[in-house]
Amino acid sequence: MAYSDKTRGMYSDILTGLQDAGLFKMERYIHSPQAAEIEVEFPTGSSLKKVINICANNYLGLSSHPDVVKAAHEGLDSHGYGMSSVRFICGTQDIHRRLENMVSGFLGTEDTILFPSCMDANAGIFEAVLTKDDVMISDRLVHASIIDGIRLCSAMHDTFKHSDMAHLESKLQLHHDRRLKMVITDGVFSMDGDTAKLDEMAALCETYNALLFVDESHASGFIGKTGRGTHEKYGVMDKVDIITTTFGKGLGGASGGCVSGRKELVEMCRQKARPYLFSNTIAPPVVSGVIKVLEILSANTELRDKLEINTEFWRKGLTEAGFVLKDGDTPIVPVMLFNAKLSQDVSRGLYEEGIYAIGFFFPVVPQGQARIRTQISAGHEIHHLEKALDAFTKVGKKYNILGKSKQEIIEMYGM
Amino acid sequence: MLAAVREYVIDEYVEDDSEVTYDTPLISGGIVDSFSMVSLKRFLENKYNISIPDDKATPEAFDSINKICVLVKEYIG
Repeated sequence: MAYSDKTRGMYSDILTGLQDAGLFKMERYIHSPQAAEIEVEFPTGSSLKKVINICANNYLGLSSHPDVVKAAHEGLDSHGYGMSSVRFICGTQDIHRRLENMVSGFLGTEDTILFPSCMDANAGIFEAVLTKDDVMISDRLVHASIIDGIRLCSAMHDTFKHSDMAHLESKLQLHHDRRLKMVITDGVFSMDGDTAKLDEMAALCETYNALLFVDESHASGFIGKTGRGTHEKYGVMDKVDIITTTFGKGLGGASGGCVSGRKELVEMCRQKARPYLFSNTIAPPVVSGVIKVLEILSANTELRDKLEINTEFWRKGLTEAGFVLKDGDTPIVPVMLFNAKLSQDVSRGLYEEGIYAIGFFFPVVPQGQARIRTQISAGHEIHHLEKALDAFTKVGKKYNILGKSKQEIIEMYGM
Repeated sequence: MLAAVREYVIDEYVEDDSEVTYDTPLISGGIVDSFSMVSLKRFLENKYNISIPDDKATPEAFDSINKICVLVKEYIG
């Protein structure tokens, strides 16, 4: 038997090591559709508990929106369940191309290509458009999927300090001799909730003749006055050369992603990007659901406006309660606790109070920057947020951290 | 040379008040990630007017300021 006791023991030791280090990830089973209120089985085997969810990427509350669910049902009936083929053999339906055109219209780009996920889009894009003669210059806090995509690409790679424009400029100067230079950033950074300074980045890219790449996964649908994304917020809709984004967060929350941008770059993906070439694309019911999502978001800005109001209410409430927050104006609102164990204790305390929020600590965030990452949704009503604020206040009092500075919390609990 | 390389490493890679000595492990110690090594290589090449072959610019050879300076001296005149 190839899978010997020795091999099994080796993996068991690794998994035990993860548990001992507090790095073992546990799933919690949700028995209801994704929404502001969910029914959770946790710990496994326990009876269901109804809790308010403030850690989903369901920014626009569309994950279980009746019109989206109905559209997915209709797509299932009209176009079937699966394609059993990659796109370029017999896996492309009219609705796939329709969705690509709709995304281009929504984001203000020249063309779009769908991928099974944004993880796949980021894995495929760099290798498809860059060579060893080029350089990729990325922000040091970009998402893990971008780092994986960069690893798969033969181009030279360098980084710049997070959101440090002077450092980025020095890197553009250092690599002036490369055939192509591509500046790579997230639009909204998922752990801190801050936004990339796309106006300054676009200006630098123009000065140094560089391409600009932005991952808009935590922005599409709600950042900017009409929800087009970070490029709308900073007034550079026509200056971003490549956008990748997901349909697995604000845009319905199911699955799928895309590369959207200059038409030649999109076509290069269609010809060369391996996750596109060697994997089925998004299933028909999901495509139909995303089409409905874009129709809803193109009709008016009601949902992103509600999300903005909810976010302001939440941020103000937490600040007045005396928590230390990361600055920002996106629906990602990190409540800073600094100490890993404290973040787990607060998360557990919140759950007991009927609030589902997860603690993040090293290595997901830097050492000494443990936090509860809260994420607000247009699906939340003010009474949900009031209840969550009450719970945060109660748990914050229990651990004596309200009104305390970073330094004071670290003195009490350590890094 | 040691002081100049140390100054560059601190300015480029250290974002807190971590101590960096001439023997501090840079790559294996997580101060310089392998993705960011390229700018260190290009800094050395520009400053000392040398060319370090890619197969010599390994994480091991770049793992401390002392090791970096040994490598650079091999290529200076």
